[in-house]
Order: sequence, then structure tokens, then C-alpha cells
Amino acid sequence: MELFTNQVLAGIATGAIYACMALAVVMIYQAIDHLNFAQGEMAMFSTFISWQLMQWGLSYWAAFLMTLAFSFVAGIAIERILFKPLAKAPVLTNVAGFIALFAIINSSAGLIWDFTIKQYPTPFGSSPFLGSQLISTHQAGMIGVTVLLLLGLYFFFQYTRIGLAMRAAASVPESARLVGINTSWMIALGWGMATAIGSIAGMLIAPVVFLEPNMMGGVLIYGFAAAVLGGLSSPFGAVVGGFLVGVFENLAGTYIPGVGNELKLPIALALIISVLVVKPAGLFGRHIVKRV
Amino acid sequence: MSAAEEVVAEGHQAVEAVPKRAMTLGTGTSLVVLAALLVVPMFVKNFIIFQMTMLLIYGLAVLALNILTGGSGQFSLGQSAFYAVGAYTSAVLMEHANVNYALTIPISAAICFGFGYLFGKPALRLSGVYLALATFALATAMPQLLKLNFLEHWTGGVQGLVVTKPDAPFGLPMSQDMWLYYFTLAVTIAIYIFSVNLLRSRSGRAFMAIRDNEIAASSMGVNVALYKTLAFGVSAGITGVAGSLGAIAVQFVAPDSYTITLAISLFLGMVVGGVGWLPGSFVGAAFIIFVPNMAESISKGLSGAVFGVLLFLVIYLVPHGARQVAVLGQQLVGKLRKN
Repeated sequence: MELFTNQVLAGIATGAIYACMALAVVMIYQAIDHLNFAQGEMAMFSTFISWQLMQWGLSYWAAFLMTLAFSFVAGIAIERILFKPLAKAPVLTNVAGFIALFAIINSSAGLIWDFTIKQYPTPFGSSPFLGSQLISTHQAGMIGVTVLLLLGLYFFFQYTRIGLAMRAAASVPESARLVGINTSWMIALGWGMATAIGSIAGMLIAPVVFLEPNMMGGVLIYGFAAAVLGGLSSPFGAVVGGFLVGVFENLAGTYIPGVGNELKLPIALALIISVLVVKPAGLFGRHIVKRV
Repeated sequence: MSAAEEVVAEGHQAVEAVPKRAMTLGTGTSLVVLAALLVVPMFVKNFIIFQMTMLLIYGLAVLALNILTGGSGQFSLGQSAFYAVGAYTSAVLMEHANVNYALTIPISAAICFGFGYLFGKPALRLSGVYLALATFALATAMPQLLKLNFLEHWTGGVQGLVVTKPDAPFGLPMSQDMWLYYFTLAVTIAIYIFSVNLLRSRSGRAFMAIRDNEIAASSMGVNVALYKTLAFGVSAGITGVAGSLGAIAVQFVAPDSYTITLAISLFLGMVVGGVGWLPGSFVGAAFIIFVPNMAESISKGLSGAVFGVLLFLVIYLVPHGARQVAVLGQQLVGKLRKN
């Protein structure tokens, strides 16, 4: 039983990372109806920026805030320059664009900071949390940050004018334009926020997986799995999906024989496909029905 | 969920429509290209012959993706998985069962066809971005599946397998590289003719009808589920053949040669060559083989960035890839003739 609780708690801790990633994926999906395959690389790049800032002598939190601001601006810039012209293009073109972005970011990060593995500090320390041996303070911190993030997003979308405008622009763009919402800038804002959320995920996971240009590959797949499980149209679903996927991954690794570290990605694959086949809208997603 | 809901939920069209005539080259041009492919290897060094072999092999893999995407309008970022299955089938058969290399090719085509057909079943319910996602996950998971412990006896685990390169048969006075080139060329021509005829046939018209409007196609009596999975199967089968040939040419298979990077390269090759233009597949293959080398010579480690920037340029400037360039060239020649 203790093993079980242990694994569930550890699963929730890793789930927090997937939840952050899934949240970023869902934010962009909401805004433009596309999955951003470069999301993980964007997060990785932001994390490198924060690492560089710390190397230059800034404190953790100063670097954290500056990275958030940088990611927000960079996300908006990427949308304005690269993806706004593709808004009306077929899905194929957009997927190609994301892949191009993936290649550019990955390779330039490798060029600037090279491919050696780097240590990344944690602001929460790594001693046992509240004297318990089950999770470390860093893991508890990750869970806390994710929950705070979700609450913040909830209040933003529910109680601010601009949050309302973003929701309107995402669900009925034509009507939103008629009441004077600049839908094009709402999309850019969605990109900015998604990139900032992704950078938080990157900075939280870097102490666990270590910093290197390919660190987000597996995480992104799990983020996708979480987003699909929770429903691509629901930020809340994405976070729940993230925690569920984290717990599922750990339990499968412990209790199903033969599933060790080496089968982690195939599990994500199986999860994505079975959710898409059984319940394409996910646990909390909306069914979108359009007139033919 | 009914079929109708699925289609319209996409929002945009997945792939732009390509008319059937615009999918192939004219007879004259085809013959010229064929003659060049036959004659050139006699005058160049072995290494260049090897590169030309790889060009044909990647061309086949891109062609397979082109049938799937340009023909039936379905995405795949997971072609590397089918390529890997083909390569491993050949390698395992040749090294463990001593099967002749030429015989392994139809076997891996059949196995990959089955694999693709089965993968196409769940993929039936997905379209556009979801399909891209599922195939993306397949490609990422494949290297780990190949490293599995209980398969290690056959696959050689992380180390992979070494494949023996075949000698030219009947005592032909040819180097191994050159023989392999002509062998690959023969297979490529056969598959190319098969693909062209496939797209011109009843099945090909069904693919294109599904690509352009699924609802209209199904109301005209096209069995959408059958043809979509069939397209997946055919595409996987051809990719498998390319994988087999690739394993024989490179003389080595290992899980980490078939990562998502390969799938992305193939996808890139299709976009550069022009979606739905079969000859473009080979232009795209040339792009994915030679451009990284050139980029590497400019600056090591920057090849990814150069790749990405070029891809963006293609998307913006020539969204139809090499096909657009070819059409422009044709118009130019037509104008000159009139003057």
C-alpha cells in the first residue's frame, strides 16, 4: 500500500509538468485550432534564457520574471511574423510551419549553448517535503505552481474583460469582430500566454531532467497525451489530464511487468490513440458540431 | 460521432486539391529522366552512386507519403515507423534466416502493408491535426519499441544489426554499389509506374474524392473507411520497401536511425517536392539528402536551422513546391517557343 501511495504522489508530481505543457498546448489550440509541435522547443529555449540570465549573476526569481516577459513577447512576435500569414492556409502548411520552427529553435539552442547536459537550480530545494519521504519540496513546489497557474488562468478568463474577449474570439470569431473585438490580436495574445506558460513548465522540469536542447521531446508527447485526455478545448481538463497521465505513467511502470523506463513513450502513444478512438473530445472537452 | 461531424470539425481543408493530370510528368520528360538515371552511374565515383541510391530510396519513401497525403488527404508524421519496420524486416530475415535480399523486399512490403492497414483502422476516426498527432506519437515511440528486451535476440537491441551487402549476380562486372543502384532503380521504376496507375485507377479517383470532400465522396458510394485504410496500407507498404532497400544500402540498422527526425525529413521532402506531384518526391528527396550536407559545411550544428528557414521560405514563396517551379519553367519555355 505504501508503494502505491508513493507512486501516486510521485505521479502527481511529474503530472504537474505534463499539466503545464498541456495547458500551453490547449491555449494555442484554443486560439488557432492547431497543435503546436514546437511548443516543447519554445519552452526549452526559454529555459535556456533563464539559465543564461542566472549565469550572468541574476537571482532565480529575477531571471524567472524576465524569462516570462521575454517568452510572452517572443510568442507574440512568432505569431505576428511567422504564423499570421498562414492563418487561412491548409492544415498541412501549418504543420509544416510548426515543424520548421521546431528545427530552427532546436538547432539554434544547440549552437548557442551546445548539447552538453547542464544542472539547473530549483528555488524550492530538494529536501523531503514536510518531513515526509514521499515527495521532495521541489515536487511539491511544482504541484503548487501548477495549481496557482490554473487558478490564475481561471480568474483571468472568467473575470477580466480581456479574458472574456479572448474566449469570444476563440468560440465565435465573426460575432466577436462585430462587437469590436480585435480577434487577430487576441490570437497573438494567446500565443504569448501559451509561450509564457510553456516557459514555466520548462523551468520547473529542468531541475528534474537536466537542461539540454532535447530535454522536452518526451515531455511534449506526454503534454499532448494529457491535453487529448482532458479535452483539447478545456484548460481545466488539460491540468486534470496532466495529473492523470503522470499517475498512470508511474503506476504502469510499477505494476505492469516489463514496463520500465524504456516503454514510457509507447505508453503515451497507446494512451493518445485509445483516447482519440474511444472519446475524441476528451474527458472535459466540448463536442463541436458544425453545419454542413 | 457520425462521419459528417468529423469532416467539418476540421475547419480548414486538410490538403489543397491537385488535379489528376497535374500529378505526373509527360512521357517525353519521363524518358529523358530515365535515360539520365540509367547512364550517369557509369561515369561517376562509387560514393556518388551510393548517394544516388539513397536518393532513389528516400524518393520512394516520400512518394509513399505523397500517395497518402497528396492522394487521399491524410497526414502522417510517422513514416519513419513504417520505414523502420521495413528495414528491420529485411535485416532480420537476411541475417537470421539467410533469406535472399531480393526476396525480403516483397515480404517487408507485405508486412508493412498489414501494419499500415491496421494503424489506419484507429486513424480512421481522426483527421487533420489529430492524425498528425497520433502519427507523431507513433514515430517517437518506434525507437523504444525496437529496443525492447524480448526482441533483442532478433533486433540486436541498441546495437542494431549489420547487414551484408549483396554482390552483383551472374558474375556481372559491376561493383556492389553499382549493382545495388540498378537494383534499386528497377524497384523504383516498378513502384513509380504502380503508383501512377494506382492514382489513375478507380481506387485513385476514390482517394482524391475523399481528399477533396469526404461527404460528397461517401454520398457517391465511395467506401470511405476502406479507401482511407487502404491508402495507409499502400503508403506503409511502399515505405517499407524503401526501408528494406535503405537497410541493404547502408548495411546497418539500429533503433536510433529511425527517429522522428527521419519522419520530419520525409514530410519536409514532400512539402518541398510539392504535395500531390509524384515526380516532386524525388526532388524533395534530393533536398533532404543534399541540403543538410551543404548546411553542415557552412556551419556545423546549424543544419536544423537552415532546414527550418528553407522550409519557411518554401511555404511562403512556393507553397506548391517543386511542382510550382516546374509549371513556371514550362510556361517560360512555351513563351519562348511562340516568339
